[in-house]
Amino acid sequence: MTEHHHTTGTPTPPPCIVAQHASVKHGNRIIWSQGDFTIPTGSVTAIVGTNGAGKTTMLNAELGLIPLASGTLTVLGKPAGEANAQIGYVPQTYTNEIDSSLTALQSVLLGLTGYRFGFHPISRKQRAKAMEALEYVDIADHANQRLSQLSGGMRQRVAIAQALVGSPKLLMLDEPLANLDLPSQHATVHILAKLNRELGMTIQIVAHDLNMLLPILTGAVYLLDGHPHYASVHDVLDAKLLTHLYGTTVQVIQTPQGDMFVTPETDLHFGAKQPFTDADTHTVGEITSLHEHNETGSSHANHGTTRAERPANGPDNNPDNSPAHDAHTPAAHAQEEQ
Amino acid sequence: MSAFTYDPEWLTTLNASFMHNAFLAGLCIALAAGIVGYFTIARSSTFASHALAHIALPGATGAVLIGVPVELGLGVFALGGALIIAALGKKASQREIATGSVLAFATGLGLYFARMSSSASQQLQSILFGSILTITDGQIISFAVFDVVLFVLMAIIYRPLLFSSLDEQVARAKGVPTGLLNVLFLAVLAGVITIAVPAVGTLLIFALVITPAASANVLTSSPFKAMVVSTIICLISIWGGLVLSTMFPAPPSFVIVTISVAIWGVTKIIEFRRA
Repeated sequence: MTEHHHTTGTPTPPPCIVAQHASVKHGNRIIWSQGDFTIPTGSVTAIVGTNGAGKTTMLNAELGLIPLASGTLTVLGKPAGEANAQIGYVPQTYTNEIDSSLTALQSVLLGLTGYRFGFHPISRKQRAKAMEALEYVDIADHANQRLSQLSGGMRQRVAIAQALVGSPKLLMLDEPLANLDLPSQHATVHILAKLNRELGMTIQIVAHDLNMLLPILTGAVYLLDGHPHYASVHDVLDAKLLTHLYGTTVQVIQTPQGDMFVTPETDLHFGAKQPFTDADTHTVGEITSLHEHNETGSSHANHGTTRAERPANGPDNNPDNSPAHDAHTPAAHAQEEQ
Repeated sequence: MSAFTYDPEWLTTLNASFMHNAFLAGLCIALAAGIVGYFTIARSSTFASHALAHIALPGATGAVLIGVPVELGLGVFALGGALIIAALGKKASQREIATGSVLAFATGLGLYFARMSSSASQQLQSILFGSILTITDGQIISFAVFDVVLFVLMAIIYRPLLFSSLDEQVARAKGVPTGLLNVLFLAVLAGVITIAVPAVGTLLIFALVITPAASANVLTSSPFKAMVVSTIICLISIWGGLVLSTMFPAPPSFVIVTISVAIWGVTKIIEFRRA
C-alpha cells in the first residue's frame, strides 16, 4: 500500500508513528493487541472502529498517557510520550462539556504557557502568536468572547487553535466532528485540510464518520477484531472490511462522477441516474453516520479521479474539492434540510 | 422582642477588640476564599467544597469532645476528606447519591459527637452557623500564615492549575502533573474551609467561598481579575455583615450570607440582561 504515498518524488521523510506488536490493557482486559502499523509523515489518518474498540485509547497510548502492555510505539522518532511538546491534542470535550468563563484568547494562551510553573506574565509576542492561531482557524473575531458563550463548532476551533499555538508537527483530534452541525463539520474539515496542505502537518483523527473526512484522508488505522492496522484510504474503503469493522452491512459505491459512497446495503435502491439525496433515506441506527455528505463530484462531473486515487497525491488535493466548497453544493444543502 | 431593632451604640461596639479580630479574620478569609473560589468553580468542584464542609463537622465536634482545638479537628477531617475525594478521582464528586449519603452520615456523626459532651453540644451551633465575633488573636495569626502559604503556592501553580482546570487531558498530554495539582488544590480547599467555618459555619460556607466567585465570573472573564473581584465581594459581605449586624442586631452569619447572595442575585440579573 505504500506506493500510494510519496509519489511526488521528494525523499521520504521518517514515519510519524510506528507501532510494533503494541498492545494495551485496562486492568486484565486487553483493549487491543498486535498493533503493527506505520503512519507516514504528512498524512491525514483516521482511527476508525466501533464504540469501545479503543480509538481514544490509541491516542492516549500515542501520547504516552497510558503505558503499553507490550511492544513499542514510536511517535516523531521518540518513544510515545517523549515528543508531546511537538504534538497538538484536541480532546472531544470542547464541543460539549466546557462551561468556562475563560475567553477564547486566554484558552489559546494556556496552550503556550499552561505547563509552566511559577510567575510568568504574558508577553506581547505570546499574545500575537495566540491571535495568529485564532486567525488561522478563522475565529479571531471572537477572541475576547468566553468559551461558554461560543457555539460547539467555535469552541472546537478554539481547541484547535490552542493545539496549534505550540507549532506542533502532529495534530491529534478526538472525534472532532461529533456533536457538530453540518456547516461546522465542513469548517473543521476545511481547517484540517489547510493545516495539512499549507503547513505539512501530520494529522490523526479519531472518527466514526469517515465520509466527511474522505476528501482529505490518506489512510486509516482500523481497529478490527482487537488489532490495529494501517491501510491506505483505498484499502479501507472496502465493503467487506467496513462491514466487518462496523458489524453491520456496509456497501462502497463508486458513482459515475467518481465518488465513493459508504452506505448500508439496504439503501442500494438507487442507480446511477437517481438523485444522490435518495441515498439518504435509510433508518439504520448507528450506520447513519457512515453515509452521505460526499456530493462534491455532482458539481464537477468532468473530473476523472476517484476518491480512492486522489489521496494518493498526498496533501495536494485539488482545491476545487475542498470541504468548504462541499458546503455550498446544492446536494449538501438538500441533505441538511432532511 | 422586636424583630428589627436599631442599636444606637453600634459605633462603640464596632471599636471593641473582638470586632477588630472579626474584621481581620474577614480580611484573611476573603483573600483565601477569593482565589480558591475561582478555581473551585473552574474545576467544577463546587460540590466538593460543600462536601468537605460537612465532612469537617464531626471533626470539629469530635475535637471538642476529646479536648483539642476545634480548628485541628476541622482541618484534619477536611484534609482527610479532600485526600479521599482526590483518590476517588474527579468523577467521585459527581456520584451524587454516594456523596449525599456520606454527607448525611458525617453530619449525623457530628451531632453524635456533640451530644456526647455538654461543651461540644454548646459549640455545635457556632460550628454549624459560625461565630465570627469570638475569633481569638491566635486564630488570626494562623489565618494569616495560611494566607501567606496559599499565595506562595498559588503563584507557583497558577498557570498549570488553570490549564488543568480547563481540560485535564490536554494538560496531562503537555506534561502537567494533573494528579498532584488536584491533590494540592483539594488540600488548599480544605484549608480555606477550615479557616472560613469559624466565620459562617459549615452550613453557610458555600455562600462565602463559591457565591462571590460565581458573581465575579459574571463581572469579568479574566481569571486574575475574577479572583480580585471575588475577594472584594467576599470582603464586602463579611465587613458589611459585621457592620449591619451591629447596627441592627442580628446574627452576623445571616447578614454576611445575605449580602453575598444578594450580590450574586444582582449579577445574575446583569447576566440575564446581557444575553
